[in-house]
Amino acid sequence: MRLEHLAVLNQERAARRAVLLVTDLASGQQRLVKGDDVAADPLADILADRLRLGKSGTVEQEGRSLFINVHVPPVRLVVIGAVHVSQALAELARTVGIDVIIIDPRTAFATSERFPSTRVIAAWPEEVLPDLNLDRFSALAVLTHDPKIDDPALIAGLRSACFYIGALGSRKTHAARCGRLAARQFSDDDLARIHAPIGLDIGAVSPAEIAVSILGEIILALRRKPTRAEATQSEPVG
Amino acid sequence: MLTTDDDILVHAETWKRSGKGVAVATVVDTWGSAPRPVGSQLVVDQDGNFLGSVSGGCVEGDVITEGLDIIEAGGSKLLEFGVADETAWRVGLSCGGKIRILVQRID
Repeated sequence: MRLEHLAVLNQERAARRAVLLVTDLASGQQRLVKGDDVAADPLADILADRLRLGKSGTVEQEGRSLFINVHVPPVRLVVIGAVHVSQALAELARTVGIDVIIIDPRTAFATSERFPSTRVIAAWPEEVLPDLNLDRFSALAVLTHDPKIDDPALIAGLRSACFYIGALGSRKTHAARCGRLAARQFSDDDLARIHAPIGLDIGAVSPAEIAVSILGEIILALRRKPTRAEATQSEPVG
Repeated sequence: MLTTDDDILVHAETWKRSGKGVAVATVVDTWGSAPRPVGSQLVVDQDGNFLGSVSGGCVEGDVITEGLDIIEAGGSKLLEFGVADETAWRVGLSCGGKIRILVQRID
């Protein structure tokens, strides 16, 4: 493996772009194909399939065994609200290999003292979410309980391709929230994307337990096999 | 330190740039029950420091030894591990699966 391939691989992944490494298993020769260049590649159809499935594997091509290693971006969790639950959630998510970003406009909450070794942005969600590009490898957890902060984040999430949206709050709170979002022209299908009350029902009580239930729900959304209907609707990875 | 598939390649690049010999092992095929999916990687430096995994710990020792050989000799090598071979008890996969692993030096 050439160092320059490794460098480009790491650089593309850091920029949250998909990349494929094609290896001729007999000779060990390799070439790198960026996600954007797949369509123009001699193996376009095969690579596009692999990219869509996000699945590495070996293919036979003109008598050669080619191993295609698909590198899709790491899963990222954007948390709205630098609250107590978020502190536990940031730690747990890091343990399972998820990148975490915390956003909260309240500067008393959004401090690096409260979130050592986590990226914290003290700003309004609507100011920063457009630049963060919530792609299909991103999850959004909305935890402030304050519609002023939560609603703009949910609007950005619903307009994005992120694979998970969760919102803290009781069923009553969520019904009121859905009413506000429906008034902003979001359909029932859109609103059904929001997991609320957030988290798996494991009877969580403490902030750390609630964080476990949220993380469990995110992993379920990420790893669950899509139904046939969902699979046929899925978009190719860009 | 717990590492994910996403950051072991970053470590591999850092090790290489600091002047160390480094090899990358990648699971390229699995048959039957295999603990780590195709594409899983392990990186090892010339001193035997390693990150990542290619099995549930069953064959890592052998893969690291092969990695150290590759760092010396260069090139790449395809390794196969399974339970079919009687002599494979030492590094066999107790789960009953079979895996193929590509080991390459970073140049």
